[in-house]
Amino acid sequence: MSKPALNDEILLTIDQPARYIGGELNMVKKDPKAVDIRFAMCFPDVYEIGMSHLGIQILYDMFNRREDVYCERVYSPWPDLHSVLKKQNIPLFALESQQPVRDFDFLGITVQYEMCYTNILQILDLSHIPLHAKERGEDDPIVIGGGPCTYNPEPIAEFFDLFYIGEGEVRYDALFSLYKICREEGQKREEFLRQAAHIPGIYVPSMYEVAYHADGTLKSFMPKYADVPARVEKQIVVEPDEAPYPARPLVPFIKATQDRVVLELQRGCIRGCRFCQAGMIYRPTREKTAERLKEYAKEMLKSTGHEEISLSSLSSSDYTQLEEIVNFLIENFHGKGVNISLPSLRIDAFSLDVMGKVQDIKKSSLTFAPEAGSQRMRDVINKGLTKELILEGAGAAFAGGWQKVKLYFMLGLPTETKEDMRAIAELANDIAVRYYEIPKDARNGKCQITISTSFFVPKPFTPLQWATMHTAEEYIEKARIVNDAVKAQLNRKSLKYNWHEADVTVLEGVLARGDRRVSAVIERAYEKGAIFDAWSEYFRNELWMEAFAETNVDIGFYTLRPRALDELFPWDFIDAGVTKDFLKREWETACAQKVTPNCRMQCAGCGAKKYGGGVCHENQD
Amino acid sequence: MKIRIKFSKGGSMKFIGHLDTMRYFQKAMRRADIDIAYSTGFSPHQIMSFAAPLGVGITSEGEYLDIEVHSTRSTEASLSALNAAMVEGFTVKDYRRLKDDSKTAMSIVSCADYTLTFREGYACPLSPEALREGLHAFYEVPAEIPVIKKTKKSEKTIDLKQLLYDFQVLEDEGDEVHPKFYLKLSTGSLDNLKPEFLMEHFYRFLGLDLKDFTFQVHRLDVYTGDKRNGFLSLNDMGTVIV
Ligand code: SF4
Repeated sequence: MSKPALNDEILLTIDQPARYIGGELNMVKKDPKAVDIRFAMCFPDVYEIGMSHLGIQILYDMFNRREDVYCERVYSPWPDLHSVLKKQNIPLFALESQQPVRDFDFLGITVQYEMCYTNILQILDLSHIPLHAKERGEDDPIVIGGGPCTYNPEPIAEFFDLFYIGEGEVRYDALFSLYKICREEGQKREEFLRQAAHIPGIYVPSMYEVAYHADGTLKSFMPKYADVPARVEKQIVVEPDEAPYPARPLVPFIKATQDRVVLELQRGCIRGCRFCQAGMIYRPTREKTAERLKEYAKEMLKSTGHEEISLSSLSSSDYTQLEEIVNFLIENFHGKGVNISLPSLRIDAFSLDVMGKVQDIKKSSLTFAPEAGSQRMRDVINKGLTKELILEGAGAAFAGGWQKVKLYFMLGLPTETKEDMRAIAELANDIAVRYYEIPKDARNGKCQITISTSFFVPKPFTPLQWATMHTAEEYIEKARIVNDAVKAQLNRKSLKYNWHEADVTVLEGVLARGDRRVSAVIERAYEKGAIFDAWSEYFRNELWMEAFAETNVDIGFYTLRPRALDELFPWDFIDAGVTKDFLKREWETACAQKVTPNCRMQCAGCGAKKYGGGVCHENQD
Repeated sequence: MKIRIKFSKGGSMKFIGHLDTMRYFQKAMRRADIDIAYSTGFSPHQIMSFAAPLGVGITSEGEYLDIEVHSTRSTEASLSALNAAMVEGFTVKDYRRLKDDSKTAMSIVSCADYTLTFREGYACPLSPEALREGLHAFYEVPAEIPVIKKTKKSEKTIDLKQLLYDFQVLEDEGDEVHPKFYLKLSTGSLDNLKPEFLMEHFYRFLGLDLKDFTFQVHRLDVYTGDKRNGFLSLNDMGTVIV
């Protein structure tokens, strides 16, 4: 057992010491001196969140299968430990060996949401690694980023040596081989980075030059050297059945957010909702076979001892072998001390039947995500759910004994009017009406309908990437309109309305579509003490507002300014599979309030077909 | 069928709290294919109970949990299955069958014994001889040792003499003198006495100030029974399954 990096006094004073000691079930143990490459894999949020992330488990397993690599883990120290590390000048360490991260060859950071950007700086700072890539020396780790936010890496580009664009399973072997060769030949950091830029999917920010127009928009984005590619192409696993999958996932001692076996059904989504970044960047949809999933389920339940298994994908109802896998899980595990947790499925006869088997109907609730209240608005965002479908599904569920419904919507979508906002309350009311149509003696008291709204943030590589946002005050006004409309409904006593904070939305908007100039704001905010911004109890908007003012960065430029159709975006150098032409088409179709069929109904020619697999090539041979 | 499992918890695992230790063993039962019984109801849970929760920071070589099973392999086979499912720091030391009418360990625990060693960086303030003298005057001479115990709601006077069954100064082998303490104390839901609480009073008696974290507390075993009739290790209540 590795001696903890922290002494007993610290570990017995801070909250949840188990976050920092490693030693969990299925943790990989290697002799750090016996490997060529030490890789610190970081999820920049608290342990319980980071340990729940499937992607890290996949890469951890895959890297450690290599004898010459030892991959260890790092998570963000909670603010209580943060101050201790700062005060006592203790360098941040990896969980497995308990040794300092700064002695590693690589620090890999997965960037899953914008609000973790200050936590990235915290990791670098506590590791005693210079925040700016250009200030790092030969002995500092190579800092590499991956994950959905790296589809616009520019706001954090200064802090990273490399980005890996796409699914990690594909190119890491090439990167590791190159690293070993460069080291054997005694090449410098700079030379390694230059050559790494030739590996497909690898983006080296320092090898590109950015120029701006007088109005602040991007003028050009060019490689500094002729051998560095102008475009960086997203990497994907074409055959997900053959991709490595962790048969022995790590099992934390403390309860993680996902304290269960996670079965990934597929990558990608056929639907093409226009606000959804995941639905675009993970194209094309690629399924795993039910046979493979059955093996994984058995193996992982056995190797972890978890008492729960859940299915994971962007839209599980579209998985073509859903019935088969769900029935398999029920037959083999239900009633044997293993709970089966189903993701939010489309409500139909099949899903109601299986939910009735595996959940306590009285306690559980049905979830619908219409995302917008009116049909017009749903057409704009290409959400194929109609009012009839929702009412039909709710009606069937009510007849089956359910009485709780959760509804998720977005406010601030492009072209939104007050009618669209009020339609949210009206739709919820209509669902309640459907419930009260059931004769009194056949129903079980009142129904509870919970409406939640979040504010829409336009994301890169979505058809709505051209959309303008609003001010925090305007967002709150929108929520107020919905709230008033809810209060005016006949069944208001059965409706409950929650809305999100608006300050975070505005900030997320800047970070999502920002450019390299935004990095100064992030750094300043961190210096001022911003950390764990994704946690409402730690988020301090005033620090960010000061940081914007002090760095002369205008929020409105990123959120309120209309973007021209031909504007060069900071992320345009990335080839994410979906072409800009397709996104433009979709943006125009959105503005015309027209829907686009899903990939199985009719190919929309998005560009992802070139990968040679998945839904684009289904039933074609 | 009732089974009692004895295990040890050491190294960094001392930072795993009681609830997480329970969750850890629930998953370990499944990995080791123990034919454990589940409660009925919509979300069944394993029939499992722990003898005496161990505080965070304390190590132990005598922890117990009782489970109910439908069928079982031998003690030896079960031990090797369970140990194959353990992480470093947890070791299953015994697996024995209890009589069907046995009460749960939790309800019969009466005492536990411990060693207390000085943690790295904390020196022993007195020589072993001086400690022994002090201990004699503190513990052996008086007929009662009344102290005030504060709880969240009230204050009451308790007699340490009644709750402390043994108290000795020991010395570790080796070149340097490393004194440590051996304690046997009342444990359980009624008169629970914590080793640190006792040491605080002992230090106070010696005119010394006890700093936090001075001792690494290590539990040796947990017992049932009483002072008059003698204590019995929980492990000895079960029989080996062949
Ligand atoms: S190329 Fe066609 S089928 Fe393939 S992901 Fe794009 S729209 Fe869907």
